[in-house]
Amino acid sequence: MKIKSAESERHVLAVTVDNEPGILAKITGLFTARGYNIDSLTVADITEDHAVSRITIVTNGPPQVIDQIEAQLERLVPVHKVTDLTAAGPHVERELALIKVAGKGEARVEALRIAELFRAKVIDTTISSFVFELTGPPDKIDSFISLMRELGLVSVGRSGVVGMMRGAEGV
Amino acid sequence: MECLVDQGVEYVFGYPGGAVLPIYDELFGDERIRHILVRHEAGAAHAAEGYARATGKPGVVLVTSGPGATNAVTGIADAFLDSIPMVVITGQVPTALIGTDAFQEADTVGITRHCTKHNYLVKDPADLVATVEEAFRIATTGRPGPVVIDIPKDVQIAVPSESKTLVAPGSHRYAPQMVAPADQIAEAIELIANAQAPILYTGGGVINSGSRASELLRKFQDMTNAPLTSTLMGLGAFPNTHPDWLGMLGMHGTYEANMAMNKCDVMVCIGARFDDRVTGRLDAFSPDSTKIHIDIDRSSINKTVPVDLGILGDCATVLEQLIEAWGDRSPRDLGEWKARIAGWRARECLAYPDRSKKDPKAIMPQKAVERLYELTKEKSPIISTEVGQHQMWAAQYFGFDKPNKWLTSGGLGTMGYGMPAAIGAQLGNPDDLVIDIAGEASIQMNIQELGTASQYRLPVKIFILNNEYMGMVRQWQELTYESRYSNSYSDSLPDFVKLAEAYGWKGIRITDEADLDASIMAMIEHDGPVLVDCCVAKDANCLPMIPSGAAHTEMLLYGDEVGGTMDDEAKALV
Repeated sequence: MKIKSAESERHVLAVTVDNEPGILAKITGLFTARGYNIDSLTVADITEDHAVSRITIVTNGPPQVIDQIEAQLERLVPVHKVTDLTAAGPHVERELALIKVAGKGEARVEALRIAELFRAKVIDTTISSFVFELTGPPDKIDSFISLMRELGLVSVGRSGVVGMMRGAEGV
Repeated sequence: MECLVDQGVEYVFGYPGGAVLPIYDELFGDERIRHILVRHEAGAAHAAEGYARATGKPGVVLVTSGPGATNAVTGIADAFLDSIPMVVITGQVPTALIGTDAFQEADTVGITRHCTKHNYLVKDPADLVATVEEAFRIATTGRPGPVVIDIPKDVQIAVPSESKTLVAPGSHRYAPQMVAPADQIAEAIELIANAQAPILYTGGGVINSGSRASELLRKFQDMTNAPLTSTLMGLGAFPNTHPDWLGMLGMHGTYEANMAMNKCDVMVCIGARFDDRVTGRLDAFSPDSTKIHIDIDRSSINKTVPVDLGILGDCATVLEQLIEAWGDRSPRDLGEWKARIAGWRARECLAYPDRSKKDPKAIMPQKAVERLYELTKEKSPIISTEVGQHQMWAAQYFGFDKPNKWLTSGGLGTMGYGMPAAIGAQLGNPDDLVIDIAGEASIQMNIQELGTASQYRLPVKIFILNNEYMGMVRQWQELTYESRYSNSYSDSLPDFVKLAEAYGWKGIRITDEADLDASIMAMIEHDGPVLVDCCVAKDANCLPMIPSGAAHTEMLLYGDEVGGTMDDEAKALV
């Protein structure tokens, strides 16, 4: 017999939660236990008193699974609100990456030139290496990294996506 | 302790151990809370479930760290799947030792994270009062469920400093939506009023919503005149003697209930969750109906079956809204629909052969349950069950006309649930007749609790349908694996009568149908715990049945040829 799979869509969820021990484990465990996917996850507290955290989860799945993910997240007691940015309308997504490239001669010059095109900042340098800082939507970072792969890519660190609705309203 | 008294706790089911000694010392000599000492922590959790299910109040469990907590996990998971309000207090090693693999240390909060509605590790004694208050609120409101509070031993002893103000952690949080929006109610009424073939499909949510929900359900059914079926968990919300009662639906439900679900034009699901045991093959589930789903848990709506109108709210509140919105309409003439149902009913799906083919002298288990029902119904008994064939026979052949009288492990399907649940139910209802209808295999999973009933002089009754097989496993092996009975024979059974007597119970064995009634009467009349070992036909199967991977319309009934094998797709279904 074959195990079936369904068409999936990418969604960005913004989740505000009480900043209490175990909440991250509850959320990631929920994804594992129910067989949902996490493409990226970021978390940091966002209020002055450190009481509330905002978690941004990039997930993918068929529409009814996305709906279930939201419902299951809302069922957790420390979760205040779940917003599906992808479904809610126009929104912005940004990610930060640190990219280390090592090399000499032409490759080094080319790496710096491309970094300028991408508006990446050089935040560390030696005679034979750079660390670039780049922010942007995930696909921009993907293409920068793939170019650097040709030019002596050493290591990559990515923050995962954070997102926000456009316009004056909250979330 | 004071917190528990404030919450109105009468009973705590538990077992002491190193990491809860300070709490046990507080319990000592305190007259306000009665501690029920079980024989195994699983028994404590199931007893608390039985107490909760039979009284509507939260069950409270107190166990120690490590093995105390892990032994309780099955009962916690059971309460999670069946939405039973329960607060479990577990001891934990002192805060300084957490994470050091200390003696009897287990990551209780980690282990119970996904089988509780919420859980806590209390590290600061100042948080304790607020945590207990919130735990009870979460366990009992919205969709009920188990909540674990893990308390390190030093936190149990410490006195919170006076200066620190005790604030409930986020009293803002957890506010389930009880009342449904008016436009959804209006839309539902419109659909129901215009239906030609409506059906009410109700579940455990109606029981959880309180006895008022059952009254309102009866009233709403009376107004709409719609036929009604219920899940296993919902039995008792609607009287089994009502002419519009179709019986239970699903895998071992009645033919008429399943056919009516398949052919209806408007389905109103109230507090049920389209479980796989109910729906059968999903793509063939009630293909032509408009579906309305009333549930307090948003994640239950559209989980497996997409519905046309999802109404988020409490069953009783929404039923009240529906009744008000229905006003003085008169129900539509459903004569044609009821005539079709009468046709399905005429198939008499619960008929069973008088005698077993292989064992013609043996008592048919269905007969035993029927007689048990007839001889006890005047007393309106509370029935608990274990899990397996006997559970389904109890659901099919025992009648329930009141809520909170039927305690069974539906979601998790936990063997060993019944006896501790009966103990909990008996404590909550000291004057009621409480019977655990059991199988000889299941009962052995928590047999040690015989001692608990003896200790507290609880007159619980256990009625074992003994067929010397894990009957449901054997039945599936017949249907799916060409009768290769791999490990489903109950070998080396104890002499249940002697075992009962060893624990100070009365033991009765029934082998002859002629003794059935008299023995049941002897069981009821004995003023103390009784274990009945009713030896029944070994080959009886639980029918009707929707086999794995089949639709509601493809039920197996008595007289149908059963046996052989199935393809891998069907075998992969549970």
